[in-house]
Amino acid sequence: MQKVNIIIEVNGKKISEAIEPDMTLFDFVRAHGCYSVKCGCETSNCGLCTVFLEDKPVLSCSVLAVRADEKRVTTLEGLQEEAAEFGAFIADQGAEQCGFCNPGLIMNALALFREIEFPTEEEIKEYLSGNLCRCSGYEGQLRGIQDFLSWKKEKGVRA
Amino acid sequence: MVTIREYKKSESLEEAWELNQKKSNRILGGMLWLRQGNNVIQTAIDLSGLGLDTIEETDKEFRIGCMVSLRELEQHAGLTKYTGGAMREALRHIVGVQFRNLATVGGSIFGRFGFSDVLTMFLTMDSYVELYKGGIVSLEEFAKSKPDNDILVRLIVKKEQVHFAYQSVRNTQTDFPVLTCGAAKLADGSYRFAIGARPGRAVLFHGIPENLVTGTNLRGSAEYRKHLADVLVKRTTKLLDEANMTGEER
Repeated sequence: MQKVNIIIEVNGKKISEAIEPDMTLFDFVRAHGCYSVKCGCETSNCGLCTVFLEDKPVLSCSVLAVRADEKRVTTLEGLQEEAAEFGAFIADQGAEQCGFCNPGLIMNALALFREIEFPTEEEIKEYLSGNLCRCSGYEGQLRGIQDFLSWKKEKGVRA
Repeated sequence: MVTIREYKKSESLEEAWELNQKKSNRILGGMLWLRQGNNVIQTAIDLSGLGLDTIEETDKEFRIGCMVSLRELEQHAGLTKYTGGAMREALRHIVGVQFRNLATVGGSIFGRFGFSDVLTMFLTMDSYVELYKGGIVSLEEFAKSKPDNDILVRLIVKKEQVHFAYQSVRNTQTDFPVLTCGAAKLADGSYRFAIGARPGRAVLFHGIPENLVTGTNLRGSAEYRKHLADVLVKRTTKLLDEANMTGEER
């Protein structure tokens, strides 16, 4: 294997390294301490490995790390405040049992709020349909999201 | 797991084409399908540095680079308007936003996958592929041909006086489709249908589909698919006739 030199900005910190050409972005961010990023399916389906690549949510398990060269990557570790604020509403609903899928869901929900400030129920369901949870029926998460949106509307703050 | 021994970000199409003549080398699309198999790739060829990630719209056509993501197609205002939302409908059920931010139109079309909503939708439109060596070929012809070592550079969609509709049947919202159906009603009142996930590759019918060949797999039987095809053809026809009645012009 011929190693490739890359520079990737992870949560604001530039990391330069020589990596194997088939290393995934998922393995790369985990190797640099971003343990919120999980792999749940290995078939590009579950959404647990969601990170932002240049602010767009992507499945990090399906991105070659070399393709993120000279790009910005954001994981939940880089969005602590935003994530905690929103995550509290999911927790209030006791929405999840095991919580394994939670970081991926939060990442994609934050991406949704950035794209559509106050999404409708249909828009929420459509945007988050690629985030699978195997404990719940998604009802708790949906209530948590709607509570968060009403709170945000009342406060008049932008998420 | 896919094993990649070397990675090459191509600096020109010629360079990519030369590398792609070797069987053990592969061009990367979004890598969503490629990574599912146990593939060993000598050199992975990346076209993402060649500026092929744009959608250009003129009065006559859309020119869509092979590296444009499915999400970009879905969100493109011009395509949404031209297809009356059919493009968006064809794409929005594909796995999830994160997936569609990665999957490329070039990968979807070049693969000529049986399950492809993307191939079904593009066949419904007057579409062409621009191949690096092979030149411009109609998508109808390309969809029937076997994959070779050429490069799909871009897709061209010629604008017509037309209305589009798209429907699919899925066992769950984001699963592969059991059947897909794209429909077009032209200015002279004639129809065009593309039926995919038969489960074979999508096929194009000029007029109401006759002698549709369907098959059986885990998601449904050949007979079930035949029945679904009749239903989806009826439903899309109804949608098209309603759109025509409102006299929408585009």
